[in-house]
Amino acid sequence: MNQRNPEISKGIDWLLVWLYLALCVIGLLCIFSVEYRSGENIVQNLLGFKKEYSKQFFFMGISFVIAIFILLTDSKFFTATANLSYLFGICLILATFVVGKNVAGSKSWIPLGVMNIQPVEVCKIFTSLAIAKYLSAPDLDFQKTKSQLIAAAIAFAPAILSVMQKEPGAALVYFSFALALFREGLPAKYIVAVLSLITLIIASIIIKQDVLFIILTLVALLLIYIVKQRKKKSRNVITAIVLIWMVSVGVQKFLVPTLFEKILKPHQVVRIFASFGIDDYQFKDSARAVAIQKEYNKLGTAKKGDNSKVESYNVRQSKIAIGSGGFSGKGYLKGTQTSGDFIPAQNTDFIFSSVGENFGFLGSTVLMLLYFGMMLRIVFVAERQRSTFSRVYAYCVAGILFVHVFLNICMTIGLAPSPGITLPFLSYGGSSLLTFTILLFILIKLDADRQMVLR
Amino acid sequence: MSVFNQSRSRIIKLVFVMAFAVIIARLFYLQIISSKYGKMAKSNAILEKPIYPPRGMVFDKHKKVIVNNTLAYDLMVTPAQTKGMDIDFLCKLMEIDTAEYNQRILTSIIKAGRQVPSVFEASLTPQKYARIQENLWRFQSAFYIQERPVRTYPIIAGANIFGYTAEVDSGYLKRHADEDYQSGEHAGMTGLEASYEKVLKGQKGIQVLLKDKDNKIQGSYKNGERDIPAIAGSNLYTSLDMELQQFGEKLMQNKVGSIVAIDPRTGGVIALVSSPTYDPGYLTGPDRSKHIRELLYNDPRLPLLNRAVSATYSPGSTFKTLQALVGLHDGVITTQTTFGCNGAFYGCGSAKPMKCLDPGVYYLKTAITHSCNTYFANVMQRVINNPRYPNIDSSLRVWDNYMYGFGLGHKLGIDIPSEKSGMIPTPEYFNNPKIHGQGKWNYCSFRSVSIGQGEVVTTPLQVANEMAYIANKGWYYIPHIVDSIEGGDKFGLLEKYKTKLRPIDIPDSIFEAVHDGMQGVMESGTGRGSKVEGITVCGKTGTVENYYRGVKQPNHSFFAAFAPRENPKIAIMCVVENSGRYGGTYAGPIVSLMIEKYINDSIAPGRKALETRITNTNLIPPLMKQKMNSIDSTKKVKEIEKQLIQNSISLSGPVNDMDQKIVKMNKSKVPAQPFGTNNYLLNTLAMILPEKNYFPISLKPISK
Repeated sequence: MNQRNPEISKGIDWLLVWLYLALCVIGLLCIFSVEYRSGENIVQNLLGFKKEYSKQFFFMGISFVIAIFILLTDSKFFTATANLSYLFGICLILATFVVGKNVAGSKSWIPLGVMNIQPVEVCKIFTSLAIAKYLSAPDLDFQKTKSQLIAAAIAFAPAILSVMQKEPGAALVYFSFALALFREGLPAKYIVAVLSLITLIIASIIIKQDVLFIILTLVALLLIYIVKQRKKKSRNVITAIVLIWMVSVGVQKFLVPTLFEKILKPHQVVRIFASFGIDDYQFKDSARAVAIQKEYNKLGTAKKGDNSKVESYNVRQSKIAIGSGGFSGKGYLKGTQTSGDFIPAQNTDFIFSSVGENFGFLGSTVLMLLYFGMMLRIVFVAERQRSTFSRVYAYCVAGILFVHVFLNICMTIGLAPSPGITLPFLSYGGSSLLTFTILLFILIKLDADRQMVLR
Repeated sequence: MSVFNQSRSRIIKLVFVMAFAVIIARLFYLQIISSKYGKMAKSNAILEKPIYPPRGMVFDKHKKVIVNNTLAYDLMVTPAQTKGMDIDFLCKLMEIDTAEYNQRILTSIIKAGRQVPSVFEASLTPQKYARIQENLWRFQSAFYIQERPVRTYPIIAGANIFGYTAEVDSGYLKRHADEDYQSGEHAGMTGLEASYEKVLKGQKGIQVLLKDKDNKIQGSYKNGERDIPAIAGSNLYTSLDMELQQFGEKLMQNKVGSIVAIDPRTGGVIALVSSPTYDPGYLTGPDRSKHIRELLYNDPRLPLLNRAVSATYSPGSTFKTLQALVGLHDGVITTQTTFGCNGAFYGCGSAKPMKCLDPGVYYLKTAITHSCNTYFANVMQRVINNPRYPNIDSSLRVWDNYMYGFGLGHKLGIDIPSEKSGMIPTPEYFNNPKIHGQGKWNYCSFRSVSIGQGEVVTTPLQVANEMAYIANKGWYYIPHIVDSIEGGDKFGLLEKYKTKLRPIDIPDSIFEAVHDGMQGVMESGTGRGSKVEGITVCGKTGTVENYYRGVKQPNHSFFAAFAPRENPKIAIMCVVENSGRYGGTYAGPIVSLMIEKYINDSIAPGRKALETRITNTNLIPPLMKQKMNSIDSTKKVKEIEKQLIQNSISLSGPVNDMDQKIVKMNKSKVPAQPFGTNNYLLNTLAMILPEKNYFPISLKPISK
């Protein structure tokens, strides 16, 4: 603020900038390869704004300008406006309930002329800032449950709103803040508990109800037996084991079945089942079973009782594209799955399939190295911060990137259900690209000013 | 403070690295270990479109093209992709109804499966082609148009020689499983098309194309580097003289029978007429299946039967020439041996005597010339009862060997499938208890064989080949149509036609004696009406008695000849089925005209009248005429019935606005006279109706 000509390049972590640029360019090339058909006039299309690659090119330009603006902004601005911006973000999400534009079944978009903004997406920035701001407060004792709960509330408020907008995928990303909270001292037991719960839910989907019940009971009995052998005063421990056993059985016998029988929509059930390869789940309600079977038929892949793995058309085509890439790929613009339009939403959620097909195992590994290199670099950058705000913010960015990249890639290679999460910097879409650019460059700016800021 | 939980950054890094490892491991599995995805991508995006090469052309001996190619367009369908299409519109374009559409889709599913394209409609008419081509984008993923070369025939003749090609059926695919045929493709089914299928079909090419998810073609795959070009079929050069073939077909019009003409020097077939014939182009176009039905089922004259090679007859007196050869060579007669004929052959005692036409005393030459039955009955009696051989079985076997050597009793091996072998009576045949039984037969049991009646059965081709054999004085080449194949005979199809066959060593003098007799036939004998000025023709008439279900039918008229005697260029035979009269009456003149046309290139002015008379003679056998008439009249009755019903509909009430207007006009101006036209129709109907009066029920109100 005091400097007349702030030298914007000073203190900037160039490695992150180069990684960012590399990913952006790869993204543009991939979108181009998805859309381009031989014989097209590239220059005309690029200028004509008709094609998505030309729009992405434009969004990249905007992103660069905004990145420069961020680098020119005083880093104190972000700490000062963190809470305000969070409120603004929440308001934006609330606004979509009123003026939201319906895109692919969810009313979570705000139309802004050239591009549509998805507030839940943008709100990740504000939430990161708000969490950083909260955790960096000098009088905060993060060991207290109350402060832990407040931090969690800040993280999950947008997520809950997003679920209400029928965008559960976007909400999933907000789990990434657990990473930052963990780093700041959130007891590991919470994380272990959540992970155990997730494991239990997955187990109750995969394993037959009664079998799982027997396993759980056996494990519980075994534990009680061991505890009794070891300790004399074991009443409390045994009570805890019994309680945990009861909760587990409750989840697997009642919660999960209720989810599938009543709460989840048929297409969501099928999506989840498909990613676990389940096709013989017995529904109690016959009307429900019929509705589910209808969804299965829509997939068109396998009939009920068929042993071949059920999977959605998108995921199958994506796997075919990636798998057929082989070691070194089919060559740029030579992918048959890509040029044949076999993969729906290939420009956005399934952009990785074009990398896998065109550049093969080699190219995919390089891309993964770029992503995980960036994440590890951010962790490294986080740890060299002197201010808690910058460090927490950096971990938030790393966490968001990690959840996006990991879930998106797992979805395209058939390891996870498809929640509709974009691949950062690569997926087509102004909203996504701008969000990640701002997210990253605020970090770069904070890092550049790490010597000046005390906290 | 800031380093309070620093150790946890290591855990976070570890999580990142583990996630990275999971993804890389999965990618390694998908992209390097598993190979199925490559195949799946290929089956997704690659379309191997077959390219059909033009079939080889066929040329006649003057190197004129007689079978050529043009393009036909088939509408192909992939049943799995027809969902959600505007089927009504398609049906409208194709002029079919929805039931027919469903039927066809079902047929193609049964034929080739849901995912494999098969023919929806073959050989589109130009109008349909234009309409479909214009609207094809509407049905793009399920329907496409396949180009296919089809046959054209610059000269309309020789249909039964060339045969036809047709879509291969499942039976054909099974029989030719090791060859590269697929459902929907065409292959030669009869005639030369079938015999030379291997060389005519050429080599199917493959165009490797890229398609997108809607099966739209994106372009060629890898710039066509994996395409396999189609190789055109090899051309066939035949020995056919198409001018003579056409001339023969003209002479045989309105007759049932055949002409076979062979060049005795090469065994090459010059003309192979089977009558009635049809336009070979009749079996290529859009109405192919309808036409086949007509020719196969609705014509009692069986035009699709190649009578020249597939019909068998007793050879009649033409057989006597061979008996003369046997008698002379076996030493049972000499040229000077005489037999008297006083009306009939009584050599078999109480058995019904065999009549002979002119009583008198004959030696060999005159016996042939006048076709004396008694003479040849005696000759054969001597052969069969020859004391040189231990018993009748062995002497008949000797005789059989002569006949086999002359090319009878077995398929000659002409390059047209469906050749029949005919029959020569063997001792085994007579020893069969169902025929006579061992020891229960003697010469008299089959004496009529000596004059070419009874148990001996030959094809016209065999008789013509006999003539070539006699003309050559003891040798022949297996008759064949194709002389050479362009690019060489890679499959050895022509090898057997290059070997001169000389089955029995018979001295020339014996042949000279037979030639003498045959020349006599033309000059003073039974064939003297068929003389050709300036050409020494050796011929033999045949008048073949025949029966249909035990009822005697008019005689077949046979004539076999070769010419010129000094330097034989043509060996020829003609049969006119159930013509009545004698061999010299119809077959003789036809053969003489053919010989004249072939050797002199034209018919002498003095014989034009004969040509015209023969051409205009209608000799359709009465039995066939009867059947044809009954078929024709039922067809006509049906047509008139249809017309009447239509009339009664338009009279009973207006069908649409236009009709209404017309009816109004009629009412106001002309007094109703509705039955005028119908009365005429009824009269016509009565005229052509068969014996019983037949009135369709729907006509009753009109016929009061």
